[in-house]
Amino acid sequence: MKRHTAKGLLVLIGLAAIAMPAQAEELKSLRGSRDLNVGSEPPEINRLIADDRPIPRNYVQQPPLIPHKTEGYRIDRNYNKCLSCHSWANYKQAKATKIPPTHFVNRDGKELANISAGRYFCTQCHVPQTDTRPLVENEFEPVKALK
Amino acid sequence: MLETTNKKCWKWGPFIFGGVAGVVLLAAFLGELHFSASEKFCISCHEMEANVYMEYKETTHYLNKSGVRAICSDCHLSHNLVQKVGRKVKAANELLQHFRGTINTREKFVEKRLDLAEKVWAEMMANDSRECRSCHSAENMDYTKQSRRAMEQHIKGDDEKKTCIECHKGLAHRLPDMHAIDPSAVIGN
Repeated sequence: MKRHTAKGLLVLIGLAAIAMPAQAEELKSLRGSRDLNVGSEPPEINRLIADDRPIPRNYVQQPPLIPHKTEGYRIDRNYNKCLSCHSWANYKQAKATKIPPTHFVNRDGKELANISAGRYFCTQCHVPQTDTRPLVENEFEPVKALK
Repeated sequence: MLETTNKKCWKWGPFIFGGVAGVVLLAAFLGELHFSASEKFCISCHEMEANVYMEYKETTHYLNKSGVRAICSDCHLSHNLVQKVGRKVKAANELLQHFRGTINTREKFVEKRLDLAEKVWAEMMANDSRECRSCHSAENMDYTKQSRRAMEQHIKGDDEKKTCIECHKGLAHRLPDMHAIDPSAVIGN
């Protein structure tokens, strides 16, 4: 009887050893389960949300998100396409949100007559949105003060 | 008999010759108009190919979801024959400037860019964005199918009798230094 149990145990361990690599193969990275020498699956192309209402902030210092498409909007030293609607001279006509006075202060705290260089490149902080879903489910909620 | 045929030929010869020559010349003229309005012709000059054409290739009039394109002449040349010929005459200056090398380097082009752009904008303002409208007809544009922001702006623009180019600058090429035009949207004071 004892012999039988020992044999059974050995068989079980053997089976487990065979099954182990199979389990390891099921591990999936974000890249998918393809071999390294095979081309990866192309990611889904997400589309920019073309025209939405202003998106509420999730935390107090959050740079507001861009609720519209920004394709082809260039920002260079000749012109900033965003400011053609969001500058103080243009926001009324465009019915857009104007850039806040904080954007006229340079890094030394000096008040400037025009937008500060550190604030000029809008998309460093403000980003448009796409129709994608979060990669990982989460239960993030905005701070109570903003609810 | 032979003599009479010869005589007839002599009589009608000039007319036949004139007719054939006329057809050939007209064909050559129209062919030249057609060829000189082609993209291939426009970018055969380095000034066009290296600057405005390269920038245009990044824009929606070159690359878009439906594959419909607007080439140089669709926006910069009238579709009316008389106006087209008029523009060809004006282009003599462009040839002259090409051979003088007025904008034969990127630096020279960038420096001259505001001046050149303002000329094109003035032309489009004066003709109520005629070339834009040969594709984008206001009568056939259903604002309700546009995004909310576009719809609001287009209705407002119509009410204020604005023309396309007033708002849609820098659509197919990069903009020049806009300090003089909209200082609120450019870095620096």
